[in-house]
Order: sequence, then C-alpha cells, then structure tokens
Amino acid sequence: MSAALVVEAPGPFTTLQDLGRTGHQAAGIPVSGALDPESLRLANTLVGNTEGEAALEMRLAGPTLKIAADHVRVALCGASSPLEIIAPERGEIAPWRTVRLERGAVIRVPPLRESVTAYLAVEGGFDAPEILGSRSTCLRAGFGGFEGRILAEGDRLGLNLDTVAARPEIRAARPPTLTPPERIRVVLGPQDDYFSEAGLATLLTAEFVVTKDADRMGLRLSGPRLEHQRGYNIVSDGIATGAIQVPGDGQPIVLLADHQTTGGYPKIATVISADLAALGRLAPGATVRFSAVTVEEAEAARAARERDIAALLRSLEPILVDPKTLSSVALLAVNLVSGVVDAPRAG
Amino acid sequence: MSNEIRYLPSGDCALTIEFGDRVDRSLSARAMALRRALERGSIEGVIETVPTFRSLMVHYDPLVISGARLRAQIEVLATDEAEAEAEGRAVTLPVVYGGSHGPDLEDVAKAGGVTAEAAAKLHSDITHYVYMMGFAPGHPYLGDLPKELTLPRRKTPRTRIPAGTVAIAVGQTVIYPFESPGGWRAIGRTPAVLFDIRRDPPSLLRAGDHVRFRPIEVDEYDHLLSRPAAERVEIAGDSA
Repeated sequence: MSAALVVEAPGPFTTLQDLGRTGHQAAGIPVSGALDPESLRLANTLVGNTEGEAALEMRLAGPTLKIAADHVRVALCGASSPLEIIAPERGEIAPWRTVRLERGAVIRVPPLRESVTAYLAVEGGFDAPEILGSRSTCLRAGFGGFEGRILAEGDRLGLNLDTVAARPEIRAARPPTLTPPERIRVVLGPQDDYFSEAGLATLLTAEFVVTKDADRMGLRLSGPRLEHQRGYNIVSDGIATGAIQVPGDGQPIVLLADHQTTGGYPKIATVISADLAALGRLAPGATVRFSAVTVEEAEAARAARERDIAALLRSLEPILVDPKTLSSVALLAVNLVSGVVDAPRAG
Repeated sequence: MSNEIRYLPSGDCALTIEFGDRVDRSLSARAMALRRALERGSIEGVIETVPTFRSLMVHYDPLVISGARLRAQIEVLATDEAEAEAEGRAVTLPVVYGGSHGPDLEDVAKAGGVTAEAAAKLHSDITHYVYMMGFAPGHPYLGDLPKELTLPRRKTPRTRIPAGTVAIAVGQTVIYPFESPGGWRAIGRTPAVLFDIRRDPPSLLRAGDHVRFRPIEVDEYDHLLSRPAAERVEIAGDSA
C-alpha cells in the first residue's frame, strides 16, 4: 500500500492546513489556513519543504500516528512539547527539529505546552489534492485538507514520499519565543464609531479572558462590556482576519482563519497581522490586553516580524551529539542507527 | 446621490471602501464597479476583493503595498457602473413554495395581510438582485422584497434548515447551500445546487446576478433532484 501516516488516535482537533485559500472570499469561501503561520513555515523549512506546504495542525494535543512508509522525516513546531516515540522503543524528540522515522514506528504529540496550536510537517508533504489553490481544510463546506474534515481514527494520510535519505538532522538554533506579547496591537475600526468613548477606552485598558469558546473561527473573549452607541447591527460588510466584532452582549470575538467572509456586527478594531500568530497560540483561560497603533505602525511591525522570521528560517543548524551519551533513542534521533541499517536499501 | 466615500482600514491587510450604510442598489453598483476596476487595474499587492451591499473590502499584502499607497491608487481608478451592472447574469431557479418545503410561508403571508399563494406570487413575480455572497460558501443575499414580504427574522432560530431552503427576512432573500441552523423564514426550497466544490466555479451564484424564482410543484422538485445539477437551473448571459 502507498506511503501513509495511519491515525491511531486523532487528537482533539487535527486538520491539514497550509497558508490559506485566497481569491474566493467573494463567493463566501473562507481563507482557512494555519492559525500560527510562523510555526507552519518553520516546520516545513526544517524538513526541506517550501514554507507553505500543507502540514498537520494540532489544537490542544496531537494525534498518535503509525508510520506506514519506509522512512519519514518529520518536524514538530509551535509548542514546547516533545514528539513522543511510543514504538519500537519509547523516547522523546525535542520540538523545533527534524527526526527520521522507520516503518512501524508510532509517534504521539502529547498535550501542547506554551501554545494550543502546533504543526507536524513531513518531508515531501502530504498527498492531498490542491483545491482552489490550497490544501487547507474548509470545515464549513467540507472540502480541502483530508476529506474536508478533522482527522478520525483509522484515517490513512497519504504521503508524497515513501522514503527519505539519511542525513544529519537539523534544528532551529533559537526556537521562537512563545510568550504572548504583553499587549496585542490593534488598528481601531472599521466600525469604531459604533462604540462610545467609554467602550473604546474599555477595549484599550481592560483585561479580557479567552473563553472555552475558542476555535479556528475565533476567540470569544470575556471582560467588561464594550459599550455600543449606535446599536449592534450594521449592514453586512467584509471581515478581515483579526477583526474584533462585538455583538449585543458587549463581549468581543476576535475572528481567526476560518471566519466567515462577511458579517453584520460592528467591528471595533482589527488585530495587526504581526500579532495574529500570537492569537492562534492562546489557550482558554489566557488573558489578553490590547493597545492601539496606526496602520503605518502596523505595517512597520509586520515588516520587522517578517525579518525576524526570515532570520529564524536561516538559523537552522545540524544536531551534534556527544558519542559518550549515546543511547538508542539518541542514535535514532541523529539517524546513526537507521542510517547505517538502511544504507544498503537506500543504495 | 452622495459621493462621499469612506476609506476604513480593517487592520493592515484590508481596506474597506464604504459608499454608504444602507442596502441600496446604487451603492452596490458603485461597489461592483470598483471591484471591476480593481480587477482590470491589477494593483500589485491586492489579493482579492469582496463586494457587499454597500462597500467593497480589498484584501492586500502589506509587505507589497502600504494602506496609504493602496488608497491613493484606488482614488484615481475610473469606474463604470453601467458596465458593472451589465455583467450580471440572468438566473432562473425552480422553487417549491410552502408546505414542508417552506414551513414559514403561512406566517409570512399572515404578517403581510395576504394569502400564502399571493405571498409566493409576490416573491416569484419580481427579479431579485444578488447583492453579495457571505455567511457560508455559495450563500447569496438577494434583494429587494416588496413591503408585504418585509419582516424581521424569527425570534427563535430554527435548529435545522435543509440545504436549498429559500428564506426571507429584513427585506431580503437567502438560499442555504448547506443544512444549517438559521433565523430566516423558510418559504420554499429549490433543487438547485448552490455550492459544489467539484464544479468550476463551485458557487452557482455571484454578486451582481439577477435571479427569478420559478414556482414548481413537489413532483417537479422530486424529478429535478434526479437530474444532473446543471439541468436544474437556467443561466443566461454567462460571461465568466
């Protein structure tokens, strides 16, 4: 049978995502794509893919997967949890690095730490059809990704490569910091004039808590009421990712990748693109504060962020181990064992 | 007509160009004309545009173009509303009004002081205009309804509205492409397939289209369901 990862346990909310499906919002099709595109790009770069290849996006915890290919190279990025190896021997592989696994190996991504979103990329990518220019999962209409849905037990995730060459494994020299910024930056509007001065002041001074109602569509926050002054219905208009809409109850909802393309609630502000990945990492119970910046400041922040990511993507280094501390897991991790064993087969 | 245009930044990746704050054909025409001008002008950095009742949202890449520069380039674009209007196709959708296919038709008729038959006729005698797509893939918002059919959404949303349901509220008509909950008043159902990802393009309708509803009986509805999706609708003037 063709190369695959077999899902032994799916994790709470695992989907295939790339950098999103643009160009079809006028037909009501959401952009989708990674909640934390920075970690997706890093995971792909580590395994030698193009930055925007589709990878498994895991929320809260990841799946248990059995390798059904001769060799697979993977990288786990986005959270500080390790990749657990359950079979053939128990072990742990640090995040932000690559590892080569053999047929029959079973891996598991445990509950995520420091972020609720992480990515598992595989060298060569998943064998999923590109639909409307993207492999992202569109849950609303049930297409894209793996059969348009979250993973389920027994799924076979096809892989483009049945084997990958043995070579030194690599890691990100300085993994990105996952600590959320003290304040999430927003640009006020497009409907800030629907809110009283007190309502706007509350947005920029109060602390909000991420509720359990946090998914790929948005984060429902709880905090002091944001006071409207012109009602809470607008004639529907477009929605940008990061928009903070405020329904009649005065509780803000920050819209994320799977948000609908248009909406009828006033949007008090929009989170700047440089801070969107941080939102995608927030767990229920986390607190959020906002500060307002201008569009020009947002643009400068995004350009700076992009320079940081570019530096991060260039900072990959080979993993070296001290031979005195070698264990079988460490050997697996640097590929000495499988590399030696498989050399004839690879030839 | 007021020419006051508002440029409303939606963060650093989108700019809303707002022509007014009403559901209004003349505002929609301006949004559609700007959309067309942007498609023709192909400003570097513009990713896509989304027309709505009264505005156009322009999504762009801030690493390629700044919001200020984008606005400056949009301000000098020439738009042609008549040309944009002519782009709309004429689409005819069969629909069964009332009964189990449109459980709210009786209430709608009662509120408007007419019979159910008259309410259905009011709905099928006019040409509807697709103002925008939103809420879900392939989900159209059509206007404008006569005053007899203008009423608010249901107080209690229905938990399950079948795919193809034609529903009205606030002077507009929507058609649900997928089964979903919803607060609009279900007056009928069409066998037309509003969204199919295997079709190119997947969405049956698009903003700017003109739609007529052709009343049919349940027998014809059932027959059409056995036919390929392309045979269930009539589309004229397709220039896509």
